[in-house]
Amino acid sequence: MPNCNLPTLYDQLGGAAAVEAAVDNFYRRVLNDDRVAGYFDGVDMDRQRVKQKAFLTMAFGGPHNYTGKDMRNGHAHLVSRGLNDSHVDAIIELLGATLRDMGVAENLIQQVAAIAESTRNDVLCR
Amino acid sequence: MPLTPVIRFGDARCELREGESVLDGLLRQGVPVAHACRAGSCGSCMLRAVEGEIPAAAQAGLKDSWKAGGYFLACICHPEGPLTVAEAGSDARVAATISSLGKLAADVLRVGLTCTAQFPYRAGQYLTLIRDSGIARSYSIASLPEEAELELHVRLIPGGRMSGWLAHEARLGDKVVLQGPSGECFYVSGREDQPVVLIGTGTGLAPLRGIVRDALRAGHRGPLRLFHGARTVDGLYLREELAALAAAHANFTYVPTVLDGDGAAGVDVGPIDRIVAGQLPGLGGWRGFVCGDPALVQNLKRKLFLGGMALNDICADAFLPAAL
Repeated sequence: MPNCNLPTLYDQLGGAAAVEAAVDNFYRRVLNDDRVAGYFDGVDMDRQRVKQKAFLTMAFGGPHNYTGKDMRNGHAHLVSRGLNDSHVDAIIELLGATLRDMGVAENLIQQVAAIAESTRNDVLCR
Repeated sequence: MPLTPVIRFGDARCELREGESVLDGLLRQGVPVAHACRAGSCGSCMLRAVEGEIPAAAQAGLKDSWKAGGYFLACICHPEGPLTVAEAGSDARVAATISSLGKLAADVLRVGLTCTAQFPYRAGQYLTLIRDSGIARSYSIASLPEEAELELHVRLIPGGRMSGWLAHEARLGDKVVLQGPSGECFYVSGREDQPVVLIGTGTGLAPLRGIVRDALRAGHRGPLRLFHGARTVDGLYLREELAALAAAHANFTYVPTVLDGDGAAGVDVGPIDRIVAGQLPGLGGWRGFVCGDPALVQNLKRKLFLGGMALNDICADAFLPAAL
């Protein structure tokens, strides 16, 4: 029997406030990482921040309307510029580093990483 | 019983149904509001409230200056009462006359305008100046709202259809039209002790001159560091005024910088981003204003962010050239 009273992953992480607290930290790590920073050159930083928030909300198990199709449409131009598994690995690693920086427990970080991992094939359009 | 919220957008009017957001209601009426995530995240559906109460939840995550300007996300907006909304960036217009004209530097004009009707603005916002010929260009406002004249700094562009007209043909008393104001680059009070850095190149000084004086007038107590960059010392202007302002306010510092020069007379030499980084190594907790050349603004915005500044604390205004 499912226990409806268990807090969700999103609740345990702190919900929207946690997303807001994480987004600059995460985005700064991405821009400082030579493996992935090049894919963010020339983008509007404010809009990118909003996209990062949507991604983090999804990865934190929060309410979102992301579909596999959105993921494909959003990354197809990057795949054509060479986006591959190593970049997804890097993003998941940076996501973990952000959460560790915020003092999030390791078991929750693993759950977030698993959600991010579940988007891999859509992000890489395969 | 609460009133049914009525939303007005231009000529369109809709009564929100139970549970319906402003976005849903407007779309149902056929108003083409841009939207994407419908979850309050992507920001595509941001509108401006002209009249009425916006629930705080509809402004979650927006910049303070956007909040102060009445901006909100339509997809998560469930108002309790009537709301009149407009697309981001209104097109209010007012007639004005040219009341003073002068040179600030070899390639910078000072244009003083007197409005024939109210033109409410925040120091640091920009407007569109329209000649009777229909030529329109955007300029940042260098004055404060309570000052009699509205002041613009206009860079002289070779062959420029507005700047050339202002430099060679315009006369005092000539009539123009002002549209706007727009822009989120202005001082928001509430954090009077926060350190603030303002960086501008060329006529990017215009909005910063307004913002600094607005902040000082609002009683800002934290440091205010203004960096103005020009290619050569001839491009620096308002130096005496800004030095006098710095002398009068202990928390305000004015740093003129040039790309080419011998470092004479208190002017820092080098790329402005490096000069800023050298003088302000850690930017966590700071607020930043960046105005001027688009490539430089983008570069500085990224550097301020990587230097530790929160992205929501960076107001950037890139001066895009007119597309001919």
